[in-house]
Amino acid sequence: VDVLVCVKRVPMPGATLSLTADERGIDTKFLGFTVSPHEECAVEEAVRLTTAVPGRSVVLTLGPEEAIEQLRDAISMGMQEAVLLLTDGQEWGPQATASAIASVIEAERDSGGGFDLMLFGNEAADTGDYQVPIRVAERLGVPCATGVKAISVEGDSVTATREYNGALETYRLTLPAVVSVREGINLPRYPSLPGRIKAKKAQIDRREPAATPDGLRLRRLRVPEGAGRTAEVLGTGAEAAPRVVEVLQSLGLVGR
Amino acid sequence: MSVLCLVEHDGGAVPGLSLQALTFARSVAVQGDSRLAAVVVGEPDPTVVACVTEHGATDLHIVTEPRLVDFAARAWAQALRQVMDAAGPSAVVAPGTDRGHDVLGYLAALTDLPMAAGCIRAEVGDGGVELTRIRWAGSLLEEASLSAPTALLAVAPQLVPAMPAASAAEIEVHHHTPVLEPQDLAGRAVGSVSREAGTISLSDATVVVGGGRGVGGAEEFAVLEELAELLGGTVGGSRVATSLGWRPHRDQVGQTGTRIAPELYIACGISGAIQHMAGCKSAKHLLAINTDAEAPIMRSADYAVVGDLHEVLPAVIAAIRALP
Repeated sequence: VDVLVCVKRVPMPGATLSLTADERGIDTKFLGFTVSPHEECAVEEAVRLTTAVPGRSVVLTLGPEEAIEQLRDAISMGMQEAVLLLTDGQEWGPQATASAIASVIEAERDSGGGFDLMLFGNEAADTGDYQVPIRVAERLGVPCATGVKAISVEGDSVTATREYNGALETYRLTLPAVVSVREGINLPRYPSLPGRIKAKKAQIDRREPAATPDGLRLRRLRVPEGAGRTAEVLGTGAEAAPRVVEVLQSLGLVGR
Repeated sequence: MSVLCLVEHDGGAVPGLSLQALTFARSVAVQGDSRLAAVVVGEPDPTVVACVTEHGATDLHIVTEPRLVDFAARAWAQALRQVMDAAGPSAVVAPGTDRGHDVLGYLAALTDLPMAAGCIRAEVGDGGVELTRIRWAGSLLEEASLSAPTALLAVAPQLVPAMPAASAAEIEVHHHTPVLEPQDLAGRAVGSVSREAGTISLSDATVVVGGGRGVGGAEEFAVLEELAELLGGTVGGSRVATSLGWRPHRDQVGQTGTRIAPELYIACGISGAIQHMAGCKSAKHLLAINTDAEAPIMRSADYAVVGDLHEVLPAVIAAIRALP
């Protein structure tokens, strides 16, 4: 089974987030970078699927040159190939991102290297747009399932399960298909030492997609006002129990 | 003009996130003196009709088609598109749920319109909408503009409180049978299995007792379970707790788990990373129990106890049991 996984480089926030002077981005001077937990799980799932039924595994990202770090992380986990869709460092909106990704997949398909399964994280950690996988699927004319927490591929179909309102919903899609996954679908492995060495040497397939306009445009970012809470310290250790119970009573949660 | 709002319904109930979406859609509709139209798929129970009326809808579009019994995002989007073609709305609003995001995402792809998820505010102007939406699940806010003849807006979960309208008008009901193509149903749900009945879901719980690294292990969650049961609540976990396998992933409170909005969240042994706080910021009250008085969570808490949760919780449980 041939699998493509799309990931997005995002900062690894600390206990607070602070903004750049122009208020259009996060100040990343002291931050490391990663991908969302959903996407880490998508990479793990791709490695498992292409190991169980041998096939091609490709990780793709759209971002600046530095996003190669996230591609190498995915290779160190077991992905075989990596594609960087190089941007000018500007943030691309979900329409433009989906269009660029779909164009690459179409080009691969036209040259005989199409994918059976295209995996995404359910939503990006930073922008939370919830639409890129669906837009890609529509451009390609293939079915899509989102929020998936279990995948199995059999023959020419994929069975995907997600949780909804306390029930488990099952989808059976004919391949090729797009699936966006959620953290919890698996436990991602730590990269092995040979994996890291391989990642260091891996060739990165660089492409420069043409930017398309996006109807959703960022004006500025701001940090939400805090709840303005100053914690009332109820006490230390077990001695705090009577005060805790008073609070529970005042909230009407235990009998008065 | 009108504003359309997708409303989910289950039996006779409208889930909270759909009511939040209706409340948000109403705030958009009043700006343009527009009618607020709810769209439901499947014949609604009379209590559902009463509920959307109470939340300010003046039109109700009921979409029925035998093949829509099972959820199919593209088919629901096609149905919504056909209602949209008839109603010519300035905005289409969806709840911040999996289904809401799926249907609106498909509607965006089918119409090639831009879409904004995570909205908490929108102002309709000429040829576009100025909006505020969440980033990092609410740890940051984005001011953005959306230029489109019809704005597609998904609402941020748990950040727009649901409120009934000041006055409710008579609701006008319209029935639709959408025209569907086979590819609209290619991604439909083929089965649904309910999990154990009687469990309280995290997103609806009145009390959530959350545990993090400080709990120390899967079995050590027993004391949290005991307190949750006493308070009629449920147990959640931080990402550390679910990544270590102490709790199943569905118990995760946070950016990549569930966003909760209980009356009281009791955070035990949780340091308070922003991804966790994004999941519990809609809790009305927060009690933090932590050995570290300087832990970030203490700055977001209403009440704090400095100490080991394995000493504090048994004492609290004993004190509750000792109540007359």
